[in-house]
Amino acid sequence: MLGEGILKGLAETAKNFAGSFVSKERMTTVEYPEERLPLPEASRNFPFLVYDGTDWEAGLRCVACQICEKECPPKCIYIDKSKDKKPDHVGKMQIYPTKFDIDISICMSCQICVEVCPFEAIKMDSEYELATDDRFGGLLLDRHQLAKPNEYYHKIHPTEAAEVDARLAEEKVKADAKAKAAAAAPKPAAVPAAKPAIVASSVASPKEGEAG
Amino acid sequence: MVTTVDQIFVILQHWFVGYLPAILQPFAGVLLNVVAIVVTFPALFAIAVLLERKGLGRMQNRIGPNRVGPYGILQPVADGLKSLTKEDIVPFRADGVVHFMAPVVLVVVVFMGFAVLPMGRNMTLVHMDSALLFYFSMGACTELAIFMAGWASRNKYSLLGAMRAVAQMISYEVPLLMSSVAVVMITGSLSLDKIVEAQNHYTWGLPHWYIFTPWGLLGFLMFAVAATAETNRSPFDLPEGESELVAGYFTEYSGFKFAEFFLGEYVGMLSISGLGATLFLGGWSAPLEILGFMPSWFWFFAKIMLSICVFIWLRGTLPRLRQDQLMNFAWKFVLPMTLLNLFVAGLWRFLGDGWVRWVVCSAILVLAYVFVGRAEMHRKHYGPRSYRYAE
Repeated sequence: MLGEGILKGLAETAKNFAGSFVSKERMTTVEYPEERLPLPEASRNFPFLVYDGTDWEAGLRCVACQICEKECPPKCIYIDKSKDKKPDHVGKMQIYPTKFDIDISICMSCQICVEVCPFEAIKMDSEYELATDDRFGGLLLDRHQLAKPNEYYHKIHPTEAAEVDARLAEEKVKADAKAKAAAAAPKPAAVPAAKPAIVASSVASPKEGEAG
Repeated sequence: MVTTVDQIFVILQHWFVGYLPAILQPFAGVLLNVVAIVVTFPALFAIAVLLERKGLGRMQNRIGPNRVGPYGILQPVADGLKSLTKEDIVPFRADGVVHFMAPVVLVVVVFMGFAVLPMGRNMTLVHMDSALLFYFSMGACTELAIFMAGWASRNKYSLLGAMRAVAQMISYEVPLLMSSVAVVMITGSLSLDKIVEAQNHYTWGLPHWYIFTPWGLLGFLMFAVAATAETNRSPFDLPEGESELVAGYFTEYSGFKFAEFFLGEYVGMLSISGLGATLFLGGWSAPLEILGFMPSWFWFFAKIMLSICVFIWLRGTLPRLRQDQLMNFAWKFVLPMTLLNLFVAGLWRFLGDGWVRWVVCSAILVLAYVFVGRAEMHRKHYGPRSYRYAE
């Protein structure tokens, strides 16, 4: 008969209306600022700089090699090298960035800086509450704002961070063995050995591009 | 005591007017009533909007607004402030005067309807013998306002929305009137005060409302359908179908003018609910004799808010009709049923008291409902199409 469907529909919505007061499972809304869903491990947003130990300035892994600055497609990274050297967290003398700025209003979250970094110094953050009332200065993060401890990295991306730690430990073991073997020799350590490799790879890529 | 509470507004008005010189008294009395109406119904509008947003949310298993104030009850205040502070944009090619006038005309015309509604015992602003006629003539003017809005905007969506609105509102104006005519036939008066008085007596503690008769029930159902269409409410919200026409006739309105359309629409709903309550639900009379101690205005506003809740319930349930379905429903089902209802109301009057008229009238209406529904409203099954020229 005419109108049966309407009555059925009205019964359904009435059931929803009453049920929403009774059962919590019906309500799918997550009331965001008070409660929030855990982020998936693979989530990523903008890069940050990893540091070891407790002092952010001393423990910064970055050695200001500027690879990320050169590779960055939208050119949102700006690095100033230091003139002097200072010991990093393992005690090796390294140059360091006196200035490391990322403009996150330009960054496109492509993760290329993370892929190219040979020192595991820059990683993707999952922080997303970055709204600010100053759209120029507020979105230009300096190295202090970017520096976050390795423990934080373990917290947001545990699997990836464990892999990185294992790799670093392995490299350290190798470096130590080499140092011991060449105890008599002056000290051509890991840093000069790493550099030619980087040059080779950066030269190789344009060639591939031409071939394509 | 009971009558004091019942007549509280009338007494207050007399007390206040008593302080003025005798020449000003009638004028001040009317002015005071108008102010009361113009304050009360926008307040009810705010409550209705909040109820709608919370209720629709619950029907869709959402929470609804809950940020402004405890449980979100201050949401209408925030909405009002927002629309007041928004920029008022008038399209460059629009007809400025008519564009400005349209929302004003709508709001004025909608409020005019309240002049004749009896909102409680002795609480009618204008005691008019042809109150129902006045109400419907004012209701018909809303079409003018809507067409002004659509035409003056010089926008194809606005114009399409306005044309849909006019087609729909004229089509449903007819059954709306026809379903009310049955009430007028039985009461023998166009005066809404007399219509309420005619329903305001009880047998065994039960009221003699017109909805509790066969013709009254059908009349009320048809009136409800036509009233929903008349106020452009879902499922008859084609004129402003946002998925098709942006916002229909008020596409080009922003800021406070948009708020005026919104106000006009909801106050129109309140007003037509008030008319429906007056015609079929006994106006301000209590639903049971023993509840007669409660003030009459309470019952009137309770009936209005109840029908607002039904409007919201329908909106949460039904999808929008298509234009041809809308027109078919008006002309092929609602209008024939209301015409038949006139005949049945006449039968009811002349068959006299007793059970015979109950059986005869109910049988005619139920059979008509089933058969008209089946004959006119069945789904057409289209076969595969053949193209004569395309092959």
